[in-house]
Amino acid sequence: MLYRENGQFKTTYAADQQIFPIAQDRWTILGILLIAFIAIPLLVDEYLFRAILIPFLILSLAAIGVNILVGYCGQITLGAGAFMAVGAYAAYNFHIRIEGLPLLVSILLGGLTSALVGIVFGIPSLRVRGLYLAVATLAAQFFTDWVFLRIPWFTDNSSSGSVSVSNLQVMGWQIDNPVSKYLFCLIFLTIFALLAKNMTRCAIGRQWMAIRDMDVAAEVIGIRPLFAKLSAFAVSSFFVGTAGALWGFIHLASWEPAAFSVDRSFQLLFMVIIGGLGTIMGSLFGAAFIVVLPIVLNQFLPALGGVFGIKISTAGVSHAELIIFGGLIVFFLIKEPHGIARLWSTGKEKLRLWPFPH
Amino acid sequence: MSTANILLKVNSIEVIYNHVILVLKGVSFSVPEGGIVALLGGNGAGKTTTLRAVSNLLRGERGEVTKGTIELRDERIEALTPAQLVKRGVIQVMEGRHCFAHLSIEENLLTGTYTRTDGKAAIAETLDKVYTYFPRLKTRRTSQAAYTSGGEQQMCAIGRALMANPRMVLLDEPSMGLAPQIVDEVFTIVKDLNQNEGVTFLLAEQNTNMALRYADFGYILENGRVVMEGAAAELANNEDVKEFYLGLSSAGRKSFRDVKHYRRRKRWLS
Amino acid sequence: MGFFLETLIGGLMAGMLYSLVALGFVLIYKASGVFNFAQGSMVLFAALAMARFAEWLPHWLGLDSLWLANTIAFVIAGALMFVVAWLIERLVLRYLVNQEGATLLMATLGIAYVLEGIGTSLFGNNIYSIDVGMPKEPVFILDGLFEGGLLINKEDFIAALIAALLVGLLALFFQKTTTGRALRAVADDHQAAQSIGIPLNRIWVIIWFVAGLVALVAGVIWGSKLGVQFSLVTVALRGLPVVILGGLTSIPGAIIGGLIIGVGEKLSEVYLGPMIGGGIEIWFAYQLALVFLLFRPQGLFGEKIIDRV
Repeated sequence: MLYRENGQFKTTYAADQQIFPIAQDRWTILGILLIAFIAIPLLVDEYLFRAILIPFLILSLAAIGVNILVGYCGQITLGAGAFMAVGAYAAYNFHIRIEGLPLLVSILLGGLTSALVGIVFGIPSLRVRGLYLAVATLAAQFFTDWVFLRIPWFTDNSSSGSVSVSNLQVMGWQIDNPVSKYLFCLIFLTIFALLAKNMTRCAIGRQWMAIRDMDVAAEVIGIRPLFAKLSAFAVSSFFVGTAGALWGFIHLASWEPAAFSVDRSFQLLFMVIIGGLGTIMGSLFGAAFIVVLPIVLNQFLPALGGVFGIKISTAGVSHAELIIFGGLIVFFLIKEPHGIARLWSTGKEKLRLWPFPH
Repeated sequence: MSTANILLKVNSIEVIYNHVILVLKGVSFSVPEGGIVALLGGNGAGKTTTLRAVSNLLRGERGEVTKGTIELRDERIEALTPAQLVKRGVIQVMEGRHCFAHLSIEENLLTGTYTRTDGKAAIAETLDKVYTYFPRLKTRRTSQAAYTSGGEQQMCAIGRALMANPRMVLLDEPSMGLAPQIVDEVFTIVKDLNQNEGVTFLLAEQNTNMALRYADFGYILENGRVVMEGAAAELANNEDVKEFYLGLSSAGRKSFRDVKHYRRRKRWLS
Repeated sequence: MGFFLETLIGGLMAGMLYSLVALGFVLIYKASGVFNFAQGSMVLFAALAMARFAEWLPHWLGLDSLWLANTIAFVIAGALMFVVAWLIERLVLRYLVNQEGATLLMATLGIAYVLEGIGTSLFGNNIYSIDVGMPKEPVFILDGLFEGGLLINKEDFIAALIAALLVGLLALFFQKTTTGRALRAVADDHQAAQSIGIPLNRIWVIIWFVAGLVALVAGVIWGSKLGVQFSLVTVALRGLPVVILGGLTSIPGAIIGGLIIGVGEKLSEVYLGPMIGGGIEIWFAYQLALVFLLFRPQGLFGEKIIDRV
């Protein structure tokens, strides 16, 4: 009853093609944005910012990048962590080596460097496909792991191998407390998500999807696989690299290569698959799920054990966490192999039929 | 049709995909033992879904039968697995052929015998029989299925089903993507199999002309409902069927300015 | 020259072990189209079960024969792998018929977490040893040809023999038996296989069980060499370049791929490593595989990817 587009007539093509054609959706999104920008900074405490909100925002950004490559262009990658690392370390080097370079510029340059590296590692995709490509992208992962660990120049010859940044500001706005960090990341995510959504709705997005659905057929109708695949790699790596730079600069402030290990790559792939391949919304859902779940389990399990009078040891908790995390992932994949985003749209579909289903 | 020799009886089934998409809205039909029954209709009419519902292959597509019953010789079969159905003699040949691309033609045929327990000699005999029906397959027996032509793949798929010694074959769109001559060849073989081996066929087809020429009985589906049924010859002579599916009409070519045409078509679809 | 050959042989032996892990991947992929990331966890799980039961059994039953205890432990671990295979089919795969490769891959990652969690909480997460009485002492061969001869580990040699035997048996199983043919059919097309009456459920249990056994053998060999510990999980990552180099669907490919990677790794580490600063083993393997892939996108022995539009 509430959620129905009856009576909303479109008189222009622009109105018909807008991102949220249903008015209720537009209001909801606007509401969410208002809450995110105004209510949350006023209400939420510091721990939540640090542990959940900031990681969620940054990883969402990275997940959108991975989704462009995996969900829209169909090239499975297990090397997303590598591009985060490239983004972070490139931004770091720009930041310390060029005096007075604004923070925003270093972060974006980090993203651009990552895009270039992405193109290089995307070249095999022109010949190698599917799971072979997935494993081949691991080459990028292990190679960057090694580079940042073994070549001291990239880490400014720091003896411990870890690098750190401090005194971050954008045009006089000091980014030092959790609220400002949160807002900074939120602005990035909002702009990039809009960018990604529009990119996937226009010609280049359609080319990616054509390549994904059947690359030979796409080539036959005149789509250049070279351009489509490498542009997907570039855009995806740009997003992921930017997210990597944010992760290093804003979230960690001081980091070592282990922050971008192969586990991170898996985690990002989890996000897009659990969230929903080929949807921007899904990347956000997936990121939320993967960020929040371990924290909830960590807090919740000992408490649950307490209820039943069982004292769970720390080792026991970490084992149980593994089991439950793995189990939930499998459960979600079984329940909805197309991800939470599909669950969401099925829900909306049901809501539109409600209260009179078939 | 007498009720005594009914092999398969489908009773007003409803199929919903992915919990929201209603595809079949109460389809009923029955197939007599030893007959060829055709399910006809355009794209998206629900032919394939009906066949999948019978052979229980819906689950892989996230679909389910929510209402109605399917009975094979008075036994409810909705809950059986495809493998159990094959053991009861019902086998489906899927739309678009689906040969095992990396197996040779002969290996493809032999996979069809997985459920059989009657020994190697009997299997060799069936293989011979299949090769006599499809001599083309014998010449290509060692080549990889993916490298054979569309017609050969269709024959391979039908032959593979026959290797299970079925009593009933659900044949989904055998004419898809094939030259008319090959379609003729495939249908002739189907008819032969029906007459010589007594195999019952349930056929889903868009090529109405061809299907009605070889089938005994036909059902026409539109929008997930049966809109018409009758003996094949009757259907082929029906004015509406002629006009909508066979592209013929009594008054020669139809002018699309003729409003009555749309009215009749609309009444037909609702 | 002697040193070069020693490195070479060391590489071949290490490669044989990679092959064993790769074999597990290939088996499951070949029979179900699932890229099984849980293979490493299965190796860990099997090795843990084997190590712990071999340790516990003498206490429980009062056995004093090491050989007997090991055999019983091996059988129990094998049975456990069957239970694992059955549960995986029952709880996971059955619901994921006809899904995309990426989804299945993620599901196996989930399975990997669960297996690791269960394995370590059942069997503990310290370092355990497996003693199957493999000779540890090195032998010298070809003393006549080189000064001092070549140093070879007997243990490695036996492991290589076992691996070769296993591979031969599995290749026969796939090519010659009805079940083997059904397995290959399932890999090509789940639905078509289902439609002609191949029971996917049973096929999957069989193949995961076989892969479990291969994992057990691999686990025992690795474990007796290096001890059973959590890091055994990462052998999966060492096995991956082997699989794609050899081809995801080829059993001989897993072997040859393993040998190439093993040798490449050792030689690069010894001769190239010092120049660019060590630790290059792992990425070198991947780059090597990548180079091969550029020439043959389906791996050295993989089934040709056939496109029809």
